[in-house]
Amino acid sequence: MTSPMVEAIGVRKSYVGVEVLKGVDLTVTRGEVTCLIGPSGSGKSTLLRCINHLEKHDAGELRVDGELVGYEARNGKLYELSDKRICGERAQIGMVFQRFNLFQHLTVMENITVGQIRVKGVKEDVANAKARELLARVGLDGKEKHYPAQLSGGQQQRVAIARALAMDPKLMLFDEPTSALDPELVGEVLDVMKDLARTGMTMIVVTHEMNFAREVANTVYFLDGGVIEESGAPKDVLTNPRTVRLQGFLSKVL
Amino acid sequence: MTSNGDDAVKVVPVRHYSRWAGTFVVLILLAMLIHTIFSKIGTGINICVRTHGLRHCHQPQRWRFYWNVVFHFFTSSDVIHGLYVTLELTVAAMTIGIVLGVILAVMRRSQSRLLSSTAWTYTWFFRGTPVLVQLLFWFNIAALYKTITIGLPFLPVTFVHLNVLSILNPFRSAVLALGLNEAAYMSEIARAGLLAVDEGQIEAATSIGMTRIQSLRLVVLPQAMRVIIPPTGNEVISMLKTTSLVSVVGVTDLLAAVTNISAVNFLTMALLIVASIWYLIVTTILSIGQFYLERHYAKGALRNPPPTPIQRLRGDLKGVASKYRTKRGVPAEVPT
Repeated sequence: MTSPMVEAIGVRKSYVGVEVLKGVDLTVTRGEVTCLIGPSGSGKSTLLRCINHLEKHDAGELRVDGELVGYEARNGKLYELSDKRICGERAQIGMVFQRFNLFQHLTVMENITVGQIRVKGVKEDVANAKARELLARVGLDGKEKHYPAQLSGGQQQRVAIARALAMDPKLMLFDEPTSALDPELVGEVLDVMKDLARTGMTMIVVTHEMNFAREVANTVYFLDGGVIEESGAPKDVLTNPRTVRLQGFLSKVL
Repeated sequence: MTSNGDDAVKVVPVRHYSRWAGTFVVLILLAMLIHTIFSKIGTGINICVRTHGLRHCHQPQRWRFYWNVVFHFFTSSDVIHGLYVTLELTVAAMTIGIVLGVILAVMRRSQSRLLSSTAWTYTWFFRGTPVLVQLLFWFNIAALYKTITIGLPFLPVTFVHLNVLSILNPFRSAVLALGLNEAAYMSEIARAGLLAVDEGQIEAATSIGMTRIQSLRLVVLPQAMRVIIPPTGNEVISMLKTTSLVSVVGVTDLLAAVTNISAVNFLTMALLIVASIWYLIVTTILSIGQFYLERHYAKGALRNPPPTPIQRLRGDLKGVASKYRTKRGVPAEVPT
């Protein structure tokens, strides 16, 4: 039996006095696409950042690929992992940000190779070949020498996806990848993500794109006020919402 | 409205009368300035000659600005040696300042309260006392410490034992004083640069598995450089001139070299001009270097990097040429 890629049990997280996650349970099966939806401030992004250990959760159990995130259980005690081990774990999880966060001083090519070369120790020519292949995959061949500022938002986000994929991640996290884009550029990014889903990549997507969720997601989680209010297959959750909150939310976004 | 073809509408530009008047006045003042700089005056010594029973007197003339004296001493070995000492001091002090400054800036950002407050206190102390006082302080440090022994506090363990007077000659104490002082200013400049880099850049670096040091070195610092370089250029130029204080501790820099010469020949103004011209030359070279360094680190920050002066000159010439062509009815090239 294979363990789930991500498993959260009662995960809690507070920032100075404000509890953002109030005990979240979530299971992400390997090779599936999970969408997190919910109003802003509901804790979707925080949950994503906890999975990548960009934030440390305060309580509960969070496992990625069967391993505890940021801790190691030995002799009934939890040991905090060293920075180096955490970096190693992060390198296996790709993350795509709302505001792309491409390295502004590096070319498209260097953005995609820097992690392979510096973190994974891949040889430069191998990294370059891989970068070219990924650029072709996201439809941006020929843009190798461009700087991020010379690209449109949609193109930047596709480079960001290529940068994350270059690390051969076992899990991809998307934090509202299309929210900062002009409406006519949203499609090109979603297309790349759909392609990726078809290849069997495990993906967790925080999104406001309900059509994407309906079409691509295997499971949809609706977060509100730091708890999961509803979850299930998109056709159930999005078409026949059971809770009043989700009904209210959907009536606003659809 | 088109500017080509025979039916083009004639455009009458606005007349800037006050601008023309201002230009005229400035041109006159510039001419006066150049005239006086290169004028000659009497030396005040009358030389009289008697020929055929008639007495002719005349006063020899000299350059008002002693150009012949300036030229004579400009490349004299004492002056060149002084210039060399000035450059050495500037480079050494700035190196200490930049390296220590960046370390202090990174310390200020540390999660450890002890590290960040140590860095703060350093800046407070070295910015809070005049650099001349610090120069004299390090020069006289042997009054406080004749020897330096590095070991473990309160324990009979020593690693190094140094004689202060033998290692801190005037030049080295000057470098130390200027460098430590500079570090306080550089740390603030470096901190501003680090703060200017978007938080998202660090997150992205972290998310692909970079360690803190890797993200600082590969992502944050290169982008911070863009903000750090202009004020650092200022600091280098300022340091070049601040080094002229070192004559108080007996280091023969450029200024000390020319004062030594004028103490003998009393041509103070001429030799101050020699020093000023050298300072201006070095400053000019530094400014050019700064321009190209800024351009290098602006990579990716701008869609179109600004042209170099040479490119701009070429563009201007092209512009004038195309303007000339439009006047004759040939359409102008659109500058790209």
